[in-house]
Amino acid sequence: MGRIRNDLLLVLVLLAAAGIGWLALRPAGGGVQAVVTVDGGEIARYSLLEDREVRLEAGEGYNILTISGGRAAVTEADCGDHTCVGAGWIGRQGEAVICLPHRLVVYIEGGGAPALDAAAN
Amino acid sequence: MKSRDIARYALLTALALTLSWLESLVPIPGAPPGVKLGLGNLAVIFALYRLGPGQAAGVGLVRALLAAAMFGNMYSLAYSLAGAAVSLAVMLGLKRTGKFSILGVSAAGGAGHNIGQILVAMAALRSGYAAGYLPVLLVSGVSAGVAVGLAGGLVTERVRL
Repeated sequence: MGRIRNDLLLVLVLLAAAGIGWLALRPAGGGVQAVVTVDGGEIARYSLLEDREVRLEAGEGYNILTISGGRAAVTEADCGDHTCVGAGWIGRQGEAVICLPHRLVVYIEGGGAPALDAAAN
Repeated sequence: MKSRDIARYALLTALALTLSWLESLVPIPGAPPGVKLGLGNLAVIFALYRLGPGQAAGVGLVRALLAAAMFGNMYSLAYSLAGAAVSLAVMLGLKRTGKFSILGVSAAGGAGHNIGQILVAMAALRSGYAAGYLPVLLVSGVSAGVAVGLAGGLVTERVRL
C-alpha cells in the first residue's frame, strides 16, 4: 500500500503546485489592461474598462480583439486553427490568449504584483 | 528484432493512434485548449508495464508524430512531440524508482505532457506568459493521468499480449 500512498502524495503535490501557481496570478485590481504582443514585442495595450473592438495585424493575418464588460477575447481570426477564439474570455492578471500561427499573445496585466515578470525573464 | 516484437509495436501504436483519433472526435464542450483526456497514453502505459521502457518510448513518440501528421499541423507536431517526450521521461523515471504504482506514474505523465507543451509555447512565443496557463493544464493533466492510470491498471492486469 506504500505505493498508493506515494501516488496520492504525488497527485496532491502536483495539484498544490497548480493551486499555488493559480494564486500567484490572482485577480488584479484597477487599471487592468490587455497587452498585445507579436513575436514577443508589445504592439498595443488597451484598458479593460473601455469596451471596444480592434483589428490586430499579426503574422500573415489578423485577429479581432474584443473588449467588453471588463474582459477581453479574440473573437475572430484567420489563423486556421482558431485556438485563440476557442480560448474564450480573459480578465485576470496573467491570463492569456495565444495564437501560435500568428505568434500573437494577448495577456492581462495590471493591478496586483506582476507575478509572471519574474518567470518571463 | 523478432517479428513478434514488430507486431506488438505496430499493434500498440495503431491502438494509441486510434484512441487519439476517437478522442479528437468527441471534444469536451467548453474545455479550454490543451485540456483533454489523453486516451492514447493508455497504450503507452500498457507498453511501459507489459513490454518495457524502450517499447513505451517507441510507441509514445511514433504516436505523437503520426497523430500530429494526421490530425494536426506543424504547431501541433512540436506540441505533440514535446509533450510526449517530457511525459515519457517522467513516467520512465518514476517507474524506475519503484516507489509509485501505475496510477502515480500515469498522473505524473499527464502533468509532464502539459509541461512539455507549455515549454514549446513559451519558446515559440518568446514570452513567459504562456506559463500563466500552466495551472489549468496541470490540474487537467493530473486528473486525466489518474483516469488513464486507473484504466491502465485494469488493462495491464487482464490483457495478455
